Amino acid sequence: MLRISDLHASAGDKPILKGISLDVRAGEVHAIMGPNGSGKSTLAQIIAGHPGYEVTSGSISYEGEDLLDLDAEERAQRGVFLAFQYPVEIPGVTNAYFLRAAYNEIRKAHGEEEVDPIEFLDLVEEKLKLVDMDPAMLHRSVNAGFSGGEKKRNEILQMAVLAPKLAVLDETDSGLDIDALRIVANGVNALKRPTNATVVVTHYQRLLDYIIPDHVHVLAGGRIIRSGGKELAHELEAKGYDWLLEPAGVGA
Amino acid sequence: MSTASYQDQFAALASERKGPEWLPALRQAAMTRFAELGFPTTRNEDWHFTSVTPIAERTFKPVRAEKSSVTLDALSPYLFGAEDWHRLVFVNGRFDPALSMFAGLPAEVTVSTLADALKTQPELLVEELGKLAQYVEQPFTALNTAFMSDGVVIHVPADVVVEVPIHIVHVADSGAAGAALYPRTLVRADRHAQVTLVESFIGLDRATYLTNAVTELTVGEGAVVGHYKIQREAEDAYHVYTSQAIQAATSTYHAFSFASGSALSRTNIYTRLNGAGAEGRLNGLYCLDGSQHCDHQTFVEHIAPNCASRELYKGILDGSAHGVFNGKVYVDPEAQKTDGKQSNHTLLLSGTARIDSKPQLEIFADDVKCTHGATVGRLQDIALFYLKSRGISAVSARALLTYAFAAEVLETIEVDAIRLGLEALVFERFTNGVPA
Ligand SMILES: Nc1ncnc2c1ncn2[C@@H]1O[C@H](COP(=O)(O)OP(=O)(O)OP(=O)(O)O)[C@@H](O)[C@H]1O
Ligand SMILES: [Mg+2]
Repeated sequence: MLRISDLHASAGDKPILKGISLDVRAGEVHAIMGPNGSGKSTLAQIIAGHPGYEVTSGSISYEGEDLLDLDAEERAQRGVFLAFQYPVEIPGVTNAYFLRAAYNEIRKAHGEEEVDPIEFLDLVEEKLKLVDMDPAMLHRSVNAGFSGGEKKRNEILQMAVLAPKLAVLDETDSGLDIDALRIVANGVNALKRPTNATVVVTHYQRLLDYIIPDHVHVLAGGRIIRSGGKELAHELEAKGYDWLLEPAGVGA
Repeated sequence: MSTASYQDQFAALASERKGPEWLPALRQAAMTRFAELGFPTTRNEDWHFTSVTPIAERTFKPVRAEKSSVTLDALSPYLFGAEDWHRLVFVNGRFDPALSMFAGLPAEVTVSTLADALKTQPELLVEELGKLAQYVEQPFTALNTAFMSDGVVIHVPADVVVEVPIHIVHVADSGAAGAALYPRTLVRADRHAQVTLVESFIGLDRATYLTNAVTELTVGEGAVVGHYKIQREAEDAYHVYTSQAIQAATSTYHAFSFASGSALSRTNIYTRLNGAGAEGRLNGLYCLDGSQHCDHQTFVEHIAPNCASRELYKGILDGSAHGVFNGKVYVDPEAQKTDGKQSNHTLLLSGTARIDSKPQLEIFADDVKCTHGATVGRLQDIALFYLKSRGISAVSARALLTYAFAAEVLETIEVDAIRLGLEALVFERFTNGVPA
């Protein structure tokens, strides 16, 4: 579904990604872990189409198309979704309006008819339950004044409404209390299909107890320095990253 | 510049003028004053950012009397879907009874054209007309006072509440080309009366004309007056407008100015808080593009103690448009416990649009709270990306964020139909007007 090959990218003059390769197939869950500043969010944002990063070499193909050729909105319309590490506040636009605008534009792109506000409300109410969110949040401005945890839940609500094929969750677990973590994870699991794939960026093994990954990758210094199964996450939890970063430490 | 041609026009019209004898004297005094003042130049501090040369170098003539060909259908997009509002329509300055609607007003309220009021309510007019709007210092007000042709006079007696807005619609079509229109409006709301006035200025065809309008409002003790001004003149038209309100104790006056039309426009919204405990709210929104120039000057005079004033003006500027906001506040030594707040926020959608924003506070009392603030910003890339990452197209994302910028000030509109109408207008304008 997603094939990243030898991706190099920079922000301004600063090289951040230095040769990333990653294959994600339908039905799979991938976890990306790694120290702060290693480039995880940069990778996630590049997949979503952030215009602030320049891909200097390498490629990303998604469902057989050159993803880098598409605008951010075209990617979303084809089923790519990024849950932001830092969701953006948009004062003046209600959550309900925003969700419906997004939902309808994606439908329009697929040649489907737009849904009216009443129909849409039915659909959203069901999804609200999934992430245990108060319906009153729909009538507040997007993320404006939301608590950290509320913003993360709101990302999952958007994901539930837009039903993407490829979801990239960038530290959606950070700042969540243990109940919220379970709710968010259940939300992700409930949306899982054999035709979908999920990439979760996280610092914590805890989340991976709920969202069981098929593959775990360690990103450091702009490269994937280790890939493995779900047991790799346990190892990282116990030992940290040092043993991977310093070759001299291996075998100690 | 060409004040002489206006004096000639004035002399030519003198014989045709009718009305009570005090009126020619008022007109003559105003004409004389205009001849002395001339058109303002940018050396005049009040006109520093706005050159009226394009107006001064032309001679706009009184409009030729012609039968109106404007239909209700042509007008209906400008009526906020409000069929039940009391409505007075003027086409190229002339009252058009066929397009107007008189219905549903409490019996005690009088709404008449200026021409009729001169016959039926001369006492009210001699008392009020020309008493608030300062023709001695303001050249355009002097010109309006000399030439005012027709307009509307509204009197709401004490304790009467007018539920439905009164809509005054000034329409110009190609018949206005080369002409000056001088509408004049007078509103008196007595003690504890309530009324909402909507003044729309609409250009239906491409034409170069000048609207020079003056509105005077007397807001009695405890009265509540809403005043909406909607400026959607033709894109080649010039528009100068002045309203002056005077507020008695504990009255509330809310003036909202919307502007999206005209090549060069200047709107003066003035209120004098003359009795203790009065509240003035002056809000506005201007949406400009191309080479439009739009200037708002507000003036709040805190004369009495314990009064509050709130001002929020927002501008959305595209193309190489030029916005001007000059918010003047005067606090008299007597006006202790004044509570004043003013803000002006601008959204620049292009690199060539610009704004001159100038607060001007003169405070002579010591126990007051007066703040002002101005910001200028652009659409945030991160917000655009966030919307696009959800599948929203670039055009819609820009429109949505632009609309969101305007939402705060649109929310101050207390008449639902106007709020919804302007929301839709802002949204459409930036959906169609912005390239992908
Ligand atoms: N637009 C930018 N301009 C300059 N430097 C940037 C930009 N975006 C990211 N960086 C830098 O690139 C590096 C990788 O950042 P990134 O946000 O991808 O890290 P991360 O792995 O997600 O870290 P964290 O775990 O803290 O979220 C950091 O050093 C960061 O400062
Ligand atoms: Mg990150």
